[in-house]
Amino acid sequence: MNRKLIDSIIEKIIFLCGIIAIVFVVLIFGFLLKEGFYFFKDYGVFKFVLGQYWYPSSSPAVFGVFALIIGSLLVTLGAALIAVPLGIMTALFISELAPKGVRDVLKSIVELMAAIPSIVLGFVGMVTLVPFIRTAFNIPTGLTAFSGSIVLAFMAMPTIVSISEDAIRSVPWSYKEGAYALGATKWQTIRRVVLKAAMPGIIAAVMLGIGRVIGETMAVLMVTGNASAIPTSIFDPVRTLTATIATEMGETVRGGLHYRALFAIGLVLFSITFIINFIADLFLNKNSKKG
Amino acid sequence: MVTKENDKITVENLNCFYSGKQVLKNLNLTVEKNEILSIIGPSNSGKTSFLRTLNRMNDMNVNFSREGNIYLDKENIFDMNPEKLRTRVGMLFAMPIPLPMSIYDNIAYAPRVLGLKNRKNMDEVVEQSLKDAYLWDEVKDRLNASAIKMSGGQQQRLCIARILAIEPEVILFDEPCSGLDPISTAKVEEAMLKLKQKYTIVLVTNNVKQASRVGTRTAFFLMGELVEVDTTKKIFVSPQNKKTEDYITGRFG
Repeated sequence: MNRKLIDSIIEKIIFLCGIIAIVFVVLIFGFLLKEGFYFFKDYGVFKFVLGQYWYPSSSPAVFGVFALIIGSLLVTLGAALIAVPLGIMTALFISELAPKGVRDVLKSIVELMAAIPSIVLGFVGMVTLVPFIRTAFNIPTGLTAFSGSIVLAFMAMPTIVSISEDAIRSVPWSYKEGAYALGATKWQTIRRVVLKAAMPGIIAAVMLGIGRVIGETMAVLMVTGNASAIPTSIFDPVRTLTATIATEMGETVRGGLHYRALFAIGLVLFSITFIINFIADLFLNKNSKKG
Repeated sequence: MVTKENDKITVENLNCFYSGKQVLKNLNLTVEKNEILSIIGPSNSGKTSFLRTLNRMNDMNVNFSREGNIYLDKENIFDMNPEKLRTRVGMLFAMPIPLPMSIYDNIAYAPRVLGLKNRKNMDEVVEQSLKDAYLWDEVKDRLNASAIKMSGGQQQRLCIARILAIEPEVILFDEPCSGLDPISTAKVEEAMLKLKQKYTIVLVTNNVKQASRVGTRTAFFLMGELVEVDTTKKIFVSPQNKKTEDYITGRFG
């Protein structure tokens, strides 16, 4: 066999591998779209998205996901409010302030956090966090959006910390030196030079962290109470889009309206994560073009 | 300490070490007001270490240690707040580092960060700094253009202007022309000669000819020791030390 032939075969194999990934995504999206489309045709898009009640087993069945969307967004927003400041500050501490020994230990602990299965986090949250929140805030149940936010913050932290830390560390030393040489203090340098230069990477880290949170199912299902009503405060039980699919898929009739409604929820989730990833991509690209 | 009226910086018995290895040996040297003191010498002669000690940039290196003292206007710099010191003793690096923002913002950056100027006279500060750095005529019509797109020589003069905006007393130049072509180099040198009317300048250079062109006085460093310091004319015409003569005539180094 001549070298040209081997070359072209390897090239085709690599091409095939690349194509397969795309094909899978397209197939998944197509499948979602197909089932969702049937549902939308039977039930109506607006009634679905803006409907406040989710009663799949009453007759006639009502499929309004608005409460679920609010539930998902509320839990995600809460998680972001906790995880983003904490994550960025941790990343700053690891890359700029910590002594070498502390830095290595911290970094491996953060990476270990990413390896904890979500169900374990949910389980620990259920037996420790939920009773704590119930007694601490003196509310009837500890299964609230707030509990979900805390558990999910733990899941988003490792992503946010490790990607932000990479971005902060890749700020050229010469930038910092230039700032110091102009008489800037360490804090001024971090705030006005380091954070500014690392900002696209940090934003991408936040987006990826949030993307992970919004798609999370089991952990959040275990601690949020699973009540499909529009919450009035963060101390109300909520149900998320993902939790709904996970709990109800087993009870549906294949091809039925309920079954297809769950696919429509999948479509909503897919759109949300797609938007988040798209925004993250924009920032990542902006970052790499600059360097 | 014996300082004369005209001395800006007095270095007294300075010894510097990196991880215990001595890089500067028992250095005694003065920098006079409004002069350009050129420091020449081969690599590893301690020129840059010396320069970075003058504004305490070495403080950030944990392996660095020193003995001896440096006085700026009779005040020991090691008793001063390092950030305050660096606003009085500015530093220019070999590689120009324009920040990824507009020309105007690059100049206004340090005064803003340090809270030195209010917004009203920022325009004047930017204009004056750019004029003093011999850059105003080339960029006055595009102050809002990105600084990254400037040529290397312009970037270096931009960095000079950026330092001038905080109005230091001393400017340290660390091989400022090492990456520049002869025409850009000439412009930076022209700026330096103009600047010495207002500022005191210490110039580290690998380019012996540059020292002869701009230096009021010239010091020759070798292996961490000060071999000789005198007026530039004397160093280049009749050096006292054989090693100095060998170096400037290009016999070694």
